[in-house]
Amino acid sequence: MKRKDFIQLSAMGLGALVLPNLTAFGNPVDPSRFLNDGIDVKLKKQLADVALNAARAKGATYADVRIGRYLNQFVVTRETRVQNVANAESFGVGIRVIANGCWGFAATNNVTKEAIAKAAERAVAVAKANSRVVAAPVQLAPQEGYGQVSWKTPIQQNAFTIPVKDKVDLLLSVNDIALKGGANFVNSAILAINEQKYFASTDGSYIDQDIHRLFPTFTVTKTDRNTGKFETRKSLSSPVGMGYEYLTPTADNKVGGVVTRYKDRYDMLEDVKNATADVDQKLKAKSVEPGKYDLILDPSHLWLTIHESVAHPTELDRVLGYEANYAGTSFLTLDKWKSGNFHFGSKIVNVVADKLQPGSLGAVGYDDEGVKCGQWDLIKDGVLVNYQAIRDQAHIIGLNKSQGCCYAQSWADVQFQRMPNVSLQPGKDKLSVDDMIKNVEKGIYIIGDGSFSIDQQRYNFQFGGQTFYEIKNGQIVGMLKDVAYQANTQEFWNSCTAIADKSDYRLGGAFNDGKGQPGQSNAVSHGSSTTRFNGVNVINTARKI
Amino acid sequence: MPILNQQEAQALLKKVLAYSKADECEVIIFASNSGNLRYARNAVSTSGANNTGSLIVSAAFGKRLGTATINEYDDASLEKVVRRAEELARLAPENPEYVPFLGPQQYEKPSASFNDKTAAVDPKFRADIVEKSLSITKKNNLVAAGYLENNQGFASMMNSKGLFAYNSSTGISFSITLRTEDGLGSGYASKAYNDVTRLDVDKLTSSAARKAAGSKNAKAIEPGKYTVILEPAAAIVLIENLVNNLDARSAEEGRSFLSKGGGKTKLGEKLMDEAVTIYSDPWHPEMPTSFYNQDGRPQEKITWVDKGAIKNMYYSRYWAQKNKVKAIPGPDAFIMTGGTATLDELIKSTEKGILVTRLWYIRSVDPQTLLYTGLTRDGTFYIENGEIKYPVKNLRFNESPVIMLNNVEALGIPERTVSGESNGNAMIPPMKLRDFTFTSLSDAI
Repeated sequence: MKRKDFIQLSAMGLGALVLPNLTAFGNPVDPSRFLNDGIDVKLKKQLADVALNAARAKGATYADVRIGRYLNQFVVTRETRVQNVANAESFGVGIRVIANGCWGFAATNNVTKEAIAKAAERAVAVAKANSRVVAAPVQLAPQEGYGQVSWKTPIQQNAFTIPVKDKVDLLLSVNDIALKGGANFVNSAILAINEQKYFASTDGSYIDQDIHRLFPTFTVTKTDRNTGKFETRKSLSSPVGMGYEYLTPTADNKVGGVVTRYKDRYDMLEDVKNATADVDQKLKAKSVEPGKYDLILDPSHLWLTIHESVAHPTELDRVLGYEANYAGTSFLTLDKWKSGNFHFGSKIVNVVADKLQPGSLGAVGYDDEGVKCGQWDLIKDGVLVNYQAIRDQAHIIGLNKSQGCCYAQSWADVQFQRMPNVSLQPGKDKLSVDDMIKNVEKGIYIIGDGSFSIDQQRYNFQFGGQTFYEIKNGQIVGMLKDVAYQANTQEFWNSCTAIADKSDYRLGGAFNDGKGQPGQSNAVSHGSSTTRFNGVNVINTARKI
Repeated sequence: MPILNQQEAQALLKKVLAYSKADECEVIIFASNSGNLRYARNAVSTSGANNTGSLIVSAAFGKRLGTATINEYDDASLEKVVRRAEELARLAPENPEYVPFLGPQQYEKPSASFNDKTAAVDPKFRADIVEKSLSITKKNNLVAAGYLENNQGFASMMNSKGLFAYNSSTGISFSITLRTEDGLGSGYASKAYNDVTRLDVDKLTSSAARKAAGSKNAKAIEPGKYTVILEPAAAIVLIENLVNNLDARSAEEGRSFLSKGGGKTKLGEKLMDEAVTIYSDPWHPEMPTSFYNQDGRPQEKITWVDKGAIKNMYYSRYWAQKNKVKAIPGPDAFIMTGGTATLDELIKSTEKGILVTRLWYIRSVDPQTLLYTGLTRDGTFYIENGEIKYPVKNLRFNESPVIMLNNVEALGIPERTVSGESNGNAMIPPMKLRDFTFTSLSDAI
């Protein structure tokens, strides 16, 4: 996402809500259009074949085509009114080819046989023109063709079938609870996305996929008119690869403790009540004494630390230097992986890459270059064992098959390597969060994600959070504020001394993870159980201006 | 969508408005042609060419507003999009913050935001530029990753109350990161212009090459408060966050760094050093921007920070009307005034300090104090007795642009700078600041 779009939305009062540019996704449409099935799969195959044949006729040695229909609905409110209801549809075709050993790409929103053939020819011309500045020909990992197959996110209730009015009513109820609880401001939103994408390649695959994502969220703000101070608390929801059923919680989905957290389903009305009370406490909280603390990190917080410090540095395109000019490279260089004994974390740290996990943002049947998705280890017993690769990178790490990590944010963008879900595995021994806290002498228990920043090779990071609880001699004694922790990635993961068992395992996630030039957005989940890190450097962020 | 001239745009918009049956109707049309070439590991990785454009119709019945968009321009499609906007308006709830469209505006002359030579950039030109840059890279035994993007476009609007505006623009931007083959040194350079002839790829590549070679074998220093010289590419990413937070509504609602006790704001208060003046000017010869904003308000020359004091905040039309003040729109780009010193002269005048060439991954830590964190990147150097002595390891900072601009020692000559974080543009001087707060070391190169 372009940072500038985010800033404009921040000015709308959405604060920490990370939203993409509403208009960038497509044309505003009547929501009734969302219930159309789009074009028939037989017609998609015919159109795809036009692209593949046109590319081959012009000399492409490989071609793939993505016919995409992307539906987005964003319902945005503040206090007692609706701020924006955006319904958008984007439909078009992207064609990628290899000619003269070089990639070429072209896209069109004119979905006719003639326009598609022309776009395919343009993609070949681009590949040929650029081939004079190519070092070595593209080397693709072999890929079997799957014939005509399909995959669909296993949803129970398509969010697009829920009337806008029902969403507005829910959000205004959320806002009402916050205002009744004394909030000065409350912003809330429900974002729904449906990617209907058809992939075909000269390898003989014709893959039809229907992918759903949902993100309900809010931010509650209270101001102290006397002092001019203000505090906020964001929702503890997570963006998910689910339908509207995410918003139908039962008692089983609630995790008790200092504040209720949620597993698999989310209670927005309950959470906003808790958030409003949390903001009162935040305004009165004690400013943290800087120093070393043992940190207990809730999954609603830890997902972002995993995302930045484990998932990004194991992206193979960063390791190789493809992102050097923008997102950066990685400290996890190939020599560390080859050594087979690079201790990324302590022995209890096991991190898995996964493109299948139900309910996750990254779950798909096949990636955007027609590779069937799977699961593999990245960190095994603390040691770096693998990366995330796509077809033209697999040979570099000795694989004869892609790991299925290719993604494009729309038909108009070229696909490239994006992270799968990357999750910390739960502790193997039975351990509850309460038992974990009991053993902490001087610590901070952090819930929810906040400010985040990490260097371009992913060594040094700093994270904030939503709420911070001081732990003294095994007891939670009150709330802290002005907390941020800084660490070196390898030292931090080696200071991991305890991970709660699988009963505490929950997913968090990023709805809009940015990478690439021009920038593209990716959605990805990160799971974990509550985890303890010993002796982490905590700074106090309060300043005076 | 072709790039329309003023007469063509005016004729098309008139035709669309003629279909309107709403109380009020406003039509915006825009289109852009852009192309890009991305490379890494000294070879092209991806490239793209996009033609985008849309016609957006907003129709209002009372306080009900509906908006519809289309990218087909035949008569039937144009009528259809107007009807759809009207249908959506009838279905929409009343918006209590609805403000009627603006009437005709007195605009000043257009700025020189469009350049014919930039509009003519083609794929061959892009490949030639990249090839030229790569030849310098290879001569220096370095590894390049870079990105070149050009665009030309126009935007125009007309409404049923008689407002009409048209502007066209071009742009080209180039950025490059050069790394030593052993991965121990890294340098960066970036520039953006309206006029392609200003782009000096040799100079930018050579500058990045010098930083890459010079940043090898960096030494660790203790984090803490240091006198720093920020090159413009480093300073812009903090100062743009000051300018982006001058929204009056947030300040008056009590949730901005400009809010203060008793429900008041810091408008008019001196928050920074006297040397700090920030303004916007659509006709600035180095950085021309549009003379009107998205809702048709004229973009004027506005002073935001005057000798350290907050002089103006920007307003939505609703918030300005509610508060009975002039609805000043936020700027498209800004200018921070400086002095006459060159970067070299700033270095020569420094007894001990750190030269920061780039800052990145900037994130808000505390919106009440505008505290941001981030890191140095691609070349950080220790200065002693007026000379660059050695490269230092990268550092994380926690600093507020408000605090930093209170600690000004000297400002150099402003230059057009593009933000590595937002792609926004500003005229920014190199600046010497005391007591800049570094909080930890990073091993990143």
